[in-house]
Amino acid sequence: MGLTVTEKIIANKANLATVTPGQIVEASVDVAFIHDNNGPITLKQFSRLPRTQVWDPSKVHFILDHHSPATTHRAAQHHQNIREFAFKYGIKVWEVGRGVSHPVMAEEGYARPGRLMVGTDSHTVGLGTFGCLATGIGSTEMAGVLATGKIWLQVPETIKIVLNGHLPFGVSAKDVALLLLKHFGPFFLNYMAVEMEGDLLQDLSVEERMAITIMGLEMGVKNAVMPVDDTVLNYLRTDETRETVYTADNDARYASILNFDVGQLEPMVATPGLPTNGVTVGEVEGTKINQATLGSCSGAFYHDLLQAAEIVKGKKVHPQVRFVIVPNTSRVVTRAAQTGVLATLLEAGAIISSPSCGTCAGYEVGCLAPGEVCISTTTRNMEGRMGPGGKIYLASARTVAASALTGYITDPRNHLGGDAHGS
Amino acid sequence: MAAEEKTGTGRVWKYGDNISTDHILPSRFMTQVEPHELAANCMAGADRDFAKKVKPGDVLVAGYNIGYGSSREQAPQALKYAGVSAVIAKSFARIFYRNCYNVGLPAISCREFVDEVSEGDLVEVDLKEGSITNKTTGKSYHFIKPPEFLLDYIQLGGLIPYLEKLMAQGVKKERGHTCLSEKLLVTSDYCRTSEVGKRKSEKRDRNVPQKIN
Repeated sequence: MGLTVTEKIIANKANLATVTPGQIVEASVDVAFIHDNNGPITLKQFSRLPRTQVWDPSKVHFILDHHSPATTHRAAQHHQNIREFAFKYGIKVWEVGRGVSHPVMAEEGYARPGRLMVGTDSHTVGLGTFGCLATGIGSTEMAGVLATGKIWLQVPETIKIVLNGHLPFGVSAKDVALLLLKHFGPFFLNYMAVEMEGDLLQDLSVEERMAITIMGLEMGVKNAVMPVDDTVLNYLRTDETRETVYTADNDARYASILNFDVGQLEPMVATPGLPTNGVTVGEVEGTKINQATLGSCSGAFYHDLLQAAEIVKGKKVHPQVRFVIVPNTSRVVTRAAQTGVLATLLEAGAIISSPSCGTCAGYEVGCLAPGEVCISTTTRNMEGRMGPGGKIYLASARTVAASALTGYITDPRNHLGGDAHGS
Repeated sequence: MAAEEKTGTGRVWKYGDNISTDHILPSRFMTQVEPHELAANCMAGADRDFAKKVKPGDVLVAGYNIGYGSSREQAPQALKYAGVSAVIAKSFARIFYRNCYNVGLPAISCREFVDEVSEGDLVEVDLKEGSITNKTTGKSYHFIKPPEFLLDYIQLGGLIPYLEKLMAQGVKKERGHTCLSEKLLVTSDYCRTSEVGKRKSEKRDRNVPQKIN
């Protein structure tokens, strides 16, 4: 019986010739990264193991992204503890302001085909865009990985999702993510591996692909992998001969193969409560908003800022709306500054915050008062995530930007035209 | 403190589907690491009075997909520190399931029990036997036991004491090489693709976590 990409990676990392769904194996980790939200507990738990060394400091990264730059005195203390621990063991710290853990791992070239990557962020799954097995784990489990370099994994069944067609005018990768979430619901893919492929991917940049794989977590996936094509290899400045690229066998076994045609897709909005509450923008158009945000690992890449700038160029944000933008890495900020996108957004009245999880984490940047409504490119919209009583709608950067102009949820297709670059 | 395989008799607190980690421990409490702080805010996003009502040994019961969302381990820790002795649900989100065992809190999937139990019932869980007894109704239920090494986690109090023991003994023991059906391990209602239509037609309200009793 042939193997899927996920099965091949697990077999390789467990040093086995083959594996079967359901089997539990002990696998070797290639990259482990820890952020400042879960790091404090990892440190505390690791310190309980007497006379233990970090298995391989060169494979471990700390990233200060959730409370960045230190947003409270307590967060400052946590950051200090992390820096001291990292110094003691010779581990790299990606400092405050660098960005969100997994996009930073992508930019720095640590996400590579065939690797097994674990991160303390649930959205680590997004790194599967690079043809690796990337998944999120908790703090204590990470302490175990630091001590041993190993993790137990149960081999998941794989489901294949084929994305066909080309995105219509004004429709984004984020809309594809919200479509998939709507289709599968919050737990239909629990514990499953997903392989995504199809024509659509050819049209998408690595970051746009990540916007989709990251959101896979919200339907429960253990990991999501995409094909390693020229787009990925060029991004990594490498070629196939230098990487461990796995492809699924022809007779690989899938729990299911599902086809989606995105050719007729409309801008999507997830209504408050769950990211899987997708509706077309027309169904909620006119809903009054107090805040609009671009933020999170999945919703504040350069392309998100660019798409928002194309909408707001030469216009002004509605006076009763706060338009809060938290780019997901420092390189996004630099690039947006170089291309004029940042100036366009600022001139329209947007607020730019320093790179971090920002409004997605929802407790330190852009919080909501009870009864307030926010439309956001972030990953989650559970009750109270940006503050008790606040309501969150999820949408693409275009839909968020158009809504920021009008003060209510707005179809972005009526606001497109013109060039966002320069002034 | 080492947990036992058998919990004492505990009262049931029952919630609905998709109780997320944002419900169990809202993100605004995430810089907290002390046990008493986590316990005091346990379930704050779903039920503000939970932390005051819960007694040591009580059992948290939920529908599908408990622990949905973020990887925060503070969620199962808060439950544990608040005194919860086991979480029994129709299914679990992946990271939450692992986090429960890693902190020494049994996570058990048993759909029939969840369907039939009422809030306030007194129940006893025997993890080693794979059984739950509802002492209020007198009915017993069986669930698929977790693999041996996870039972060890619970007996010892979590992943760290487990590793500590292995390291002290100089044992290089591999977890794994067990073949279990994953669906049996983490979700009692694993749905195959052929059941997509069926599940949609059930029209269960998956949108709002609600109490289901």
